Amino acid sequence: MIGTQNGDGMYAFQDILMKLKQYWGERGCIVQEPYDLEVGAGTMCPETFLRVLGPEPYRVAYIQPSRRPADGRYGENPNRLYKHWQLQVILKPSPDDIQEQYLESLQAIGIDLRKHDIKFEEDNWESPTLGAWGIGWQVMLDGLEITQFTYFQQCGGLDLEVVPVELTYGMERLAAFLQNKSSVYEIEWAPGVTYGDVRLADELQFSVYNFELADIPTLWKLFDLHEGECRRLLDAWPGYPDKRRFPLLAAYDHVLKCSHLFNLLDSRGAISVTERVAVIGRVRKLAVGVAEAWLEQKRAEATA
Amino acid sequence: MRRLPFLLEVGVEEIPDRMIPSALEDLRSSFERLAAEQGLADGLLVRTDATPRRLVLQVENLPERQADREEWVLGPPRSAAFQEGRPTPAAEGFARKMGVAVSDLIVRETPRGEYVACRRSIPGRPAREILSELLPGLILGIHFPKTMYWPGKGGPRFIRPIRWLVALLGDQVVPFEIAGVRTGNISRGHRLLGSASIPVTPADYAEQLRRNYVLVAADERRRKIEQDIVRLLEGTGLRLRPDPALLTTLVYLTEYPTAILGSFDAEFLTLPEEVLVTVMRHHQKYFSLEDAQGRLAPYFIAVLNTDGDPEGLVRQGHERVLRARFNDARFFWEVDQHRKLEDRVPMLAQVTYQARLGTYLDKARRMARLGRRLALLLKTDPAPVERAALLAKCDLTTEMVKEFTELQGIMGGLYARRQGEPEEVWRAIYEHYRPESMDDPIPSTLTGCLVALADKLDALQGCFRLGLVPSGSRDPFALRRAAQGVVRILVEGNLALPLRRLIARDAALVEFFEDRLRYYFREVRGFRYDEVNAVLAAGWDDLTDLESRLTALRQVRPTENFEPLAVSFKRIKNILRQAGILAASSEARAVREEILEAGPERELWQAFQRLRRQVARRRRRKQYREALEAIASLRPAVDRFFDKVLVNAPDPAIRENRLNMLSRLLQEFSSIADFSEIVTTQEEN
Repeated sequence: MIGTQNGDGMYAFQDILMKLKQYWGERGCIVQEPYDLEVGAGTMCPETFLRVLGPEPYRVAYIQPSRRPADGRYGENPNRLYKHWQLQVILKPSPDDIQEQYLESLQAIGIDLRKHDIKFEEDNWESPTLGAWGIGWQVMLDGLEITQFTYFQQCGGLDLEVVPVELTYGMERLAAFLQNKSSVYEIEWAPGVTYGDVRLADELQFSVYNFELADIPTLWKLFDLHEGECRRLLDAWPGYPDKRRFPLLAAYDHVLKCSHLFNLLDSRGAISVTERVAVIGRVRKLAVGVAEAWLEQKRAEATA
Repeated sequence: MRRLPFLLEVGVEEIPDRMIPSALEDLRSSFERLAAEQGLADGLLVRTDATPRRLVLQVENLPERQADREEWVLGPPRSAAFQEGRPTPAAEGFARKMGVAVSDLIVRETPRGEYVACRRSIPGRPAREILSELLPGLILGIHFPKTMYWPGKGGPRFIRPIRWLVALLGDQVVPFEIAGVRTGNISRGHRLLGSASIPVTPADYAEQLRRNYVLVAADERRRKIEQDIVRLLEGTGLRLRPDPALLTTLVYLTEYPTAILGSFDAEFLTLPEEVLVTVMRHHQKYFSLEDAQGRLAPYFIAVLNTDGDPEGLVRQGHERVLRARFNDARFFWEVDQHRKLEDRVPMLAQVTYQARLGTYLDKARRMARLGRRLALLLKTDPAPVERAALLAKCDLTTEMVKEFTELQGIMGGLYARRQGEPEEVWRAIYEHYRPESMDDPIPSTLTGCLVALADKLDALQGCFRLGLVPSGSRDPFALRRAAQGVVRILVEGNLALPLRRLIARDAALVEFFEDRLRYYFREVRGFRYDEVNAVLAAGWDDLTDLESRLTALRQVRPTENFEPLAVSFKRIKNILRQAGILAASSEARAVREEILEAGPERELWQAFQRLRRQVARRRRRKQYREALEAIASLRPAVDRFFDKVLVNAPDPAIRENRLNMLSRLLQEFSSIADFSEIVTTQEEN
């Protein structure tokens, strides 16, 4: 059995992660590991962004550390983090009883729903850089937002053929709730080890880098390089003979790099208002390009 | 006819609370329309209800079937049906088809000639059959602002996925299907407290749901919340700060509401009350409480969607969330003090207002210029208006407003106060978004009104210049609200400013304002539409003047001479139009007194001359009522003129002179209200 409750009957952070992965694994999800690039949200990983396209069913769950440079607070704010852990679940197509399955997952990590207040409050999700949006709720547990629950409608600017549901659990919030901690840094990660022990230096140093020391011209140069490389690949796509071999996944990695560099530049205050929309547009164009090509590739594979 | 109770329950995943009331209205009216079209509407009692997970429509007495009807079916022409008085095979075939004897056929006269016909009775269709055919379209036709598809592309669209359907006429299921969900008699209870499978009948529906922790009537949930709150506050010395909008939100966020009382650390009371209340209301959906002196108390009411909190776990959870939120707010409040508002003005260059309208720095400068101009027009000191206008948007750069956007304006005002700005300035900043709705007050000071006007007029002029004009329900820049705000501030603040001259460069904007003016004076102030039209047609600029003219018109309207004179003015207008003379033309047409005929014509001219001076004097003094009364007193002279004098005289010189006189009269006496716009009782009948 995964996870042992400590003396207070509470699960450690790592146990909660494992329990949820196990729960969704038992419901037909491939349990993936985090994607090995910087992303702002689990949605951006190819396991979500690309897999939701096209008609093929897919089920996957993974923990994704998500980086949002502008949200860093030098480790001083008890609730705000530069990098936080999301549990991302994609079920495509969405099962009819998905809300019930979701609520059961909360029971699986020790929340007795009979003793708590759960509400599904309207919250539609949108990512302009990914050309993606969906309809759904934020799930409120005793007034605390613990999950973003979204039925995807569009991704990479394309209407989705089959509607997937995306569940994004905010793991630090859930853990703080379960362990009754008022600061994320006090969360017990493993017996005797706190979240602060594991991550505080991370939060402090990346806040300093993101807000103070990141070199703006270098970031811009990197942005241009990644954009250029992605563009080069997308330009080569139409003429490439064996579609199945074409490295669209590599092209997409460069999209993710661009998105992260954009976030860094933004937290550095380096993107003026007039530029902002234009830069988002540049990343979006790449994302849409990869999404369209990916669908063509899938069709090429199917007819091969 | 037999009547049956009908129950429709559309089981949906949580519908956004704000959309439920209008969806219910839509459901009810489409059902009533359907019933009327199908001849099932007679004496119908329809009620609708909803929780977040279900839209419900119940009818006590739906006719079981349509009434039978009779109609004529035409057969062959008489000439083809009978030859020499004997039926032909055509007649026999028709009779056979209709199932009657040839001798039962009747000859009928039609516009196309005589035809053989047969009377046929059409049995009414059963309601169950009709409903099963039409309900899917009716349900999917309920209007929601933003819909989704859920099984896949091309599938039905609704606000959220439909998960179950109950449709019962009497004890029979009305069969249909939407997106793979079939109707039945099985409802579902509260997600956590009730059964997921409850057989219901139209008669026991509400009761069955109640047993499963669903109060299906919104009123009942509202009452329960209110009673819970009363019980919680008994003996505490605390009072609820009523918030009807929040109450409605909570009514539609819950199936079984229970209120609880929570508290927060009194040390947070050092933060501005506006901040605390906003966090509680907008972010946590809590009611605020106050002590006997009306001061905010360190307590709150939360409404749960469950039957209680015996161990206090939910309360503790809410308290912890609130503490974190308040800690954030305190952090923002302190950090924001590090930089004064005036030092934030240059930072506005980093905040876009609208791509083509520049940044908020550009906007602040425009507001300051416009505010100054308005102050000078009213002969008041422009300095505080300019100062407040320049600082008004600076709070957009504060951490607090970035986090709690509802506090824009208010935070600016609070920071300005703390940073020593005079009351006139900080209050103007604080209130410059007002009025945010029809019920919201306008800014309480003149400076505040002028800053608010500058803000709104700038938005309107800028957006209209770029063609960003509201259309239908699309109004992304809230320009209707802005224009309505301008109207209310000018009228209710009694500010004699030349609105029309300020916006005259943009014809579309002038027209847009005319629509707002019509709406405001009719719907909000209760003037009749033709009164508003009459006054607008006479020209408008200063809205306080427009209001005075309207009030005078309303007062004079019931007097005996008024409506008959309005009829005569309409007649004059028609005569002039037929003669090719523009009634609105401002050019004064010369009247040759020497060729006026003695009697009614000359008398009318004399009466006009006498009244003209009087009316002009009254009008100058804005004594509109007296002016209108004076105009109305012209009626007998006008009546006699039309009785005795032929305008279209054979002599062209005399005719032209008469037309000129009428044109002068119309022109002179239409500058307060254009009487010809008045719809008289005669016309209405």
